[in-house]
Amino acid sequence: MKLDPTIRDQVLSTVPSLRAFAISLCGNIDRADDLVQETLLRALSHIDSFEPGTNMPAWLFTILRNLFRSEYRKRRREVEDADGRYAETLKSHPEQTGRVEFEEFRTALAKLPADQREALILVGASGFSYEDAAGICGCAVGTIKSRVNRARTRLADLLAIDSVDDFGPDRPTRAVLAGGGRN
Amino acid sequence: MRIKGGFDMGERGKNGEMKHRRTNLEAVEPESDKPASDKAEIRDSMGAPVNPPKPEARLGREVQAKIGQQLRAMYDDVVNQGVPEHISDLVRRLSDQD
Repeated sequence: MKLDPTIRDQVLSTVPSLRAFAISLCGNIDRADDLVQETLLRALSHIDSFEPGTNMPAWLFTILRNLFRSEYRKRRREVEDADGRYAETLKSHPEQTGRVEFEEFRTALAKLPADQREALILVGASGFSYEDAAGICGCAVGTIKSRVNRARTRLADLLAIDSVDDFGPDRPTRAVLAGGGRN
Repeated sequence: MRIKGGFDMGERGKNGEMKHRRTNLEAVEPESDKPASDKAEIRDSMGAPVNPPKPEARLGREVQAKIGQQLRAMYDDVVNQGVPEHISDLVRRLSDQD
């Protein structure tokens, strides 16, 4: 059965974002590309289960995430230390993950629990609605919302993003500064 | 293996609590996990808010915006690479199979 060109184009136009998501899961471009290929093989051989007119990106992201998770289930050691391994991958092969200017952010992102990182990326970078992100991750919308919130709070701490100067004198940091200059 | 998919778009928004949400991070209040009653604005007899937004809340929005920007910049760096040739070849090959 030949694939409808419209469907094929929908698949192709999802690939760039699918790769970005895969890299964020794997922390390694080569492994991410393998995962994307595996996802496309799986998707195109089960294309009948895709309902035309529904959300192609959400469908492909779901398949990719399921493949990634089942691969982890198979390698139990990795499940137990998924986050530690992820961070380690970034540390030892920074050149495999992309440009240097994102290094600080990427390192902070790597310190998040996998489920929080995934939720933050789906909503904040891939641009999925909370409902679609919940569908992709197989969890409740409220769960995605709280994962995104926790991810953001933790990232803000890790990156020490500080806009204190823009705000009032009641900020603790301002008080510390004002109390300085003890001679 | 069962593949999840075929999202029923009719389901979207069934969960009423999320209906008003936008998808970008900047639009989400940092304290949105709290019950709505905590966020209810207290107003005086003239209808003016008694409690102006706290600096922490404004700082939160600022920080969220920066995190959102960095996250998208990092992600788009990969998206802008487009479709690698070996992947577009694979898709075309698979879609032409009989």
